[in-house]
Amino acid sequence: MNHAAGGVPVTPELLLFGAVAGAAALCAVGVVAFNNAIRSALCLVVNFFLLAFLYFTLNAEMLGITQIVVYTGAIMVLFLFVIMLLNLGAPNLLVEKRDPKKYLGILLGCGMFVLLGSQVLPELIKVHAAPLTPELAKFGGPEAIGRTLFTSYMYPFEAVSVLLLIGIVGSILLAKRRI
Amino acid sequence: MNGVPLGAYIGLGMFMFTTGVVGVVVRRNPIVIFMCIELMLNSVNLTFLAFARYQMVTKVADSTALQNSLMAGQMMVIFVMAVAAAEVAVGLGIIMAIYRLRDNVDIDELNLLRG
Repeated sequence: MNHAAGGVPVTPELLLFGAVAGAAALCAVGVVAFNNAIRSALCLVVNFFLLAFLYFTLNAEMLGITQIVVYTGAIMVLFLFVIMLLNLGAPNLLVEKRDPKKYLGILLGCGMFVLLGSQVLPELIKVHAAPLTPELAKFGGPEAIGRTLFTSYMYPFEAVSVLLLIGIVGSILLAKRRI
Repeated sequence: MNGVPLGAYIGLGMFMFTTGVVGVVVRRNPIVIFMCIELMLNSVNLTFLAFARYQMVTKVADSTALQNSLMAGQMMVIFVMAVAAAEVAVGLGIIMAIYRLRDNVDIDELNLLRG
């Protein structure tokens, strides 16, 4: 078995992960780089779908489905709806001027990535997952999640429901004609 | 996937988070800034799930402790998703209200709070 840099053996799973992760990273860059807001939103949709696939590979099937339903189904539709409503799709409504802030931001981002990566990645690249037994595999399903959510995490669940209620009331209030 | 080390998932999460930070700093369209915040939240979700999956290596005593340790990451992801949904609903409402007030949503020209 041949080894890539860092002593990690190259397996078919690693190649598949590389393809999906590369596409997701490309879409993430696209969200920031595209001038047109609709193109950014579509890049974000593709990114969320690929992330849902990665959730499946992490044995979190329920959350992968939730990701597709909540993010690509609800949140992105809301984004696209507001973009269309504000007519920000027109490319020259909000022309982004060249300014030093842009290059400074990219430079700071690269610095942050290098700083974090040099601290964290050399250790974590050695950690491999335990093989998935049938007993462990059922922890990603709806039954385990529902059981935990309604027993150990009952109070956070109620707090989140109150938060969502406040969010509904707040967005209705903000959308009224006269504030 | 067994052949993938934890560092690969964390690396992808870090890259997406950094991209989101750069987007928030660089872009001037508030909707794109919101999308970058979503990108950051999702990268954190990916990190949570990766750690939740890869800590199965450790031996845990009984089944209750095992379940608690395995479900903590997934629960956190559920709550992050709920908070993200609430945040997007209210935030886009605020952007709509500002647009009705000013007919312009350029983030560099919003100085209503300046004294």
